Amino acid sequence: MYEIPKEKFNPLLERNNDTADIIRPGVTYWGDAWHRLRQNKMAMLGMYTIILIILLAIWGPILSQHSYSDQYLDKQGLGPSNEHWFGTDGLGRDLFVRVLYGARISLAVGLVASLLNLTVGVLYGGIAGLAGGRVDNLMMRMVDMFYSIPLVLYVILMMVLIGPGLKSIFMALGLVYWLEMARVVRAQILTLKEQEFVMAARALGASQARILFRHLIPNCMGPIIITVSMNIPLAIFTEAFLSFLGLGVAIPMASWGVLASDALPAIRSYPHLLFFPAMAISLTILAFNFLGDGLRDALDPRLRK
Amino acid sequence: MGKDDILLKVDGLVKHFELSQGFWGRKAVVQAVDDVSFHICQGETLGLVGESGCGKTTVGRTVIKLYEPTAGAIVFDGRDITGLKEKEMRSLRKRMQIIFQDPYASLNARMTVGDIISEPLIIHSLARGPKLREQAVKLLQKVGLSPNYINRYPHEFSSGQRQRIGIARALAVNPDFIVCDEPISALDVSIQAQVVNLLEDLQQEMGLTYLFITHDLSMVKHISKRIGVMYLGKLVELAESSELYQRPLHPYTRALLSAIPVPDPDAAAQKQRVILKGDLPSPINPPAGCRFRTRCQFARDICSRSNPEMIQVGLKHMVACHIVINRLTDRFFNK
Amino acid sequence: MNNILEVKNLSTSFFTHAGEIKAVRDISFNVGAGEAIGIVGESGSGKSVTALSIMNLLPYPGRIIRGSVCFAGTELTNLKERKMQLVRGNEMGMIFQDPMTSLNPVYTVGNQIMEPLIRHQKLNRGEARNKAIEMLSLVGIPGPENRLNLYPHEFSGGMRQRVMIAMALCCKPKLLIADEPTTALDVTIQAQIIELLKDLEVNINTSIILITHDLGVVAELCNRVIVMYAGSVAEKGTTRDVFYNPRHPYTWGLLKSIPNANAEQKERLIPIDGQPPDLMHTPAGCPFCPRCAYAMQICAEDQPPLYRLGEQHRAACWLLHPSAPRVERGR
Repeated sequence: MYEIPKEKFNPLLERNNDTADIIRPGVTYWGDAWHRLRQNKMAMLGMYTIILIILLAIWGPILSQHSYSDQYLDKQGLGPSNEHWFGTDGLGRDLFVRVLYGARISLAVGLVASLLNLTVGVLYGGIAGLAGGRVDNLMMRMVDMFYSIPLVLYVILMMVLIGPGLKSIFMALGLVYWLEMARVVRAQILTLKEQEFVMAARALGASQARILFRHLIPNCMGPIIITVSMNIPLAIFTEAFLSFLGLGVAIPMASWGVLASDALPAIRSYPHLLFFPAMAISLTILAFNFLGDGLRDALDPRLRK
Repeated sequence: MGKDDILLKVDGLVKHFELSQGFWGRKAVVQAVDDVSFHICQGETLGLVGESGCGKTTVGRTVIKLYEPTAGAIVFDGRDITGLKEKEMRSLRKRMQIIFQDPYASLNARMTVGDIISEPLIIHSLARGPKLREQAVKLLQKVGLSPNYINRYPHEFSSGQRQRIGIARALAVNPDFIVCDEPISALDVSIQAQVVNLLEDLQQEMGLTYLFITHDLSMVKHISKRIGVMYLGKLVELAESSELYQRPLHPYTRALLSAIPVPDPDAAAQKQRVILKGDLPSPINPPAGCRFRTRCQFARDICSRSNPEMIQVGLKHMVACHIVINRLTDRFFNK
Repeated sequence: MNNILEVKNLSTSFFTHAGEIKAVRDISFNVGAGEAIGIVGESGSGKSVTALSIMNLLPYPGRIIRGSVCFAGTELTNLKERKMQLVRGNEMGMIFQDPMTSLNPVYTVGNQIMEPLIRHQKLNRGEARNKAIEMLSLVGIPGPENRLNLYPHEFSGGMRQRVMIAMALCCKPKLLIADEPTTALDVTIQAQIIELLKDLEVNINTSIILITHDLGVVAELCNRVIVMYAGSVAEKGTTRDVFYNPRHPYTWGLLKSIPNANAEQKERLIPIDGQPPDLMHTPAGCPFCPRCAYAMQICAEDQPPLYRLGEQHRAACWLLHPSAPRVERGR
């Protein structure tokens, strides 16, 4: 046996008490999710694409020397060039700016849908879940009723009532796009409200509002974010689809759906007029879907160890 | 001990849960707690033991009105609180608190430790501004945690530390009565003793009264003065702890006591076990008469015919069993 | 002794993005034929990871980084998954902690017991069915013929754990690994399962590795005990060695922190202070040093070797070094 100096066996006086006290450097829920998300290449690609589209939609039209309604009568139906990156349309308008302008409308639609999700959907679902019993039953049957009517019917109804345009699309989306969120949040809250930390809050005499906003909703953030990120591309696509059918935004405003629809009659002569808006639609929706999938994988508690 | 010392008195407490089954809501009734009576004196610890599904947690939650009792009376400090509305309960909530079993589920993962333990102070407007933080620091120190952790999130702590946070939250309102709902069941052996000692110190220091709910029989004996044993929603035996361990009367209590594994190999080899047959019946359709009779080796006809009442058999010893009562009365008269 | 399992210098780590978690560090032990050995420790002591390493069932990102696991003459650490599947469930059975989640809810219990019989033992359905009935009655399930066609949710917790044991035993394994088999159960049901395992030990002569945090369960069931702390062995020996003559301060602490149910007077519990170490930043010296009342300077610097104290008895503590001061058990 090797020699150990005697004094080593003196009692340990200077205790490094920190070692007993050290607690794990916290990997927070969000930190962990962000780490997962970053490892998902497609999701990150989607996120960067979305950021790029947002930046372009905000600054692009301002930086460009053309405006979405300026007509260059001498330059009708040009192909892509240095002067006009996406070419010009049949009336001589710069397609690049018009596509960017379309991005504004699409993003506005996405924004409205997500705001509705976050406010009406979360609140409605939260209240139904927390109240439970008969109130919950009544509220959720109403959701079922709204669900049972097709979206196109709402749009047509709105058109008749307030005329075509962005406003009626927003109204129609408003009637429909919070429903799924309400269901998701309610289901979450039904399981969460039986948990002990909610019991503890009730034992402390916390009000129902406090329980809802301080305890329940913050713990639903994961599913809420996933639902929002899945609903945004759906809303954008719906708008494009409705505009394409002529039920949406009116000329001269340029939504992607309108641009695609306008390009259709001249598809043989000017295929690029259809190509660029179509590409913008697919790119945006793909980007949102990749990000949404990534978020689902990153935030879903069932995948967490 | 005078009657004035009684802090909590529970009389004939019943709690049934309705389960809706099927689409048209055919209702099934879970008889979680049925006709349970006991009292707890000021500064005392009453232990409540039983296996999962015996209703002990439901009792704990009902006596502080987290559940509405179906029938019976709850008297807290001389005041009947059975029918009080949530609004009226609010001020009483300061006086009765609860500590939970699961150190993971009982803390909101999205709040910092500081926020968690100052929440009760905010709700009851007990402190505000810089005072709030001061109070939170004091509470952390009181339960043996470093105030440096005040901005950390619950998941950064070990389960024993989390249980301390839960205790600090309950103490924030300076309560008189705390329901300890299996506070140590989820903890490691070496940490259990830490938490039990902490609870005992706090009881001494602040004059707390505990209802200590657990399935750990050796720990409940250590911490409680009196122990109630529950089976399938009924209280079957209630006695001082040493009496209960030395002279268990109800067959269920005996089986429960003999089932504790002893950390002593020689004693374990010699021990005679009462092994219960079968499983716990469903509380939706509990057996008629004595609820324990389906697993009881002594069961007779009378057990299925009538429901045994809690009968006083010693100074502070009550038991609900036909067989035991018969044997005791026989012995009394034949003597 | 004829060893069925030999574990040598086993080290297992989990490589997470926050760093390497050294869950098991350099542990060695043997299991003899027909012997029941207990591995005791608190959560995070590495007892379950040891079992999973033996079964080659480590979840991602866990990996065995060193050491060997030799089962009935076969080295398991580098065995191909396909070969390992023949060992698992056939020569080696496992019972998990949670009987609620370890049975598949969409198959009948009968199907789940018969599956390994048909696959490993090449029995036909009829034979497998008879064998399954035999196994269910062995583990004390009344009316096994009718119970075969029931689904797991129609069984109670204790019954499910019996089914799990029947499944683990039906191929007559040489080794049964039970990971906290009674922790999720009530005391009276736990007593039933303990009696059942005792009977099985006598009747079918299977070696058992019992992993638990409950010293009482070990005292009832095992011949030998390994006490683990922070991924390494603190003390091991026969059950009598460890319970009646413990030499490691951690074992003292464990035994002292359990209230004595027979005590006349109420005595204050003696807990072990502090928290278990973070396995991501393991201390240089003895892992128990920060919580140990007898810690010496050397404890903070060097890891103690396993001192030999008797035929089977070993403890890893510097107090056992000849130059160390003598201390009495307790404090």
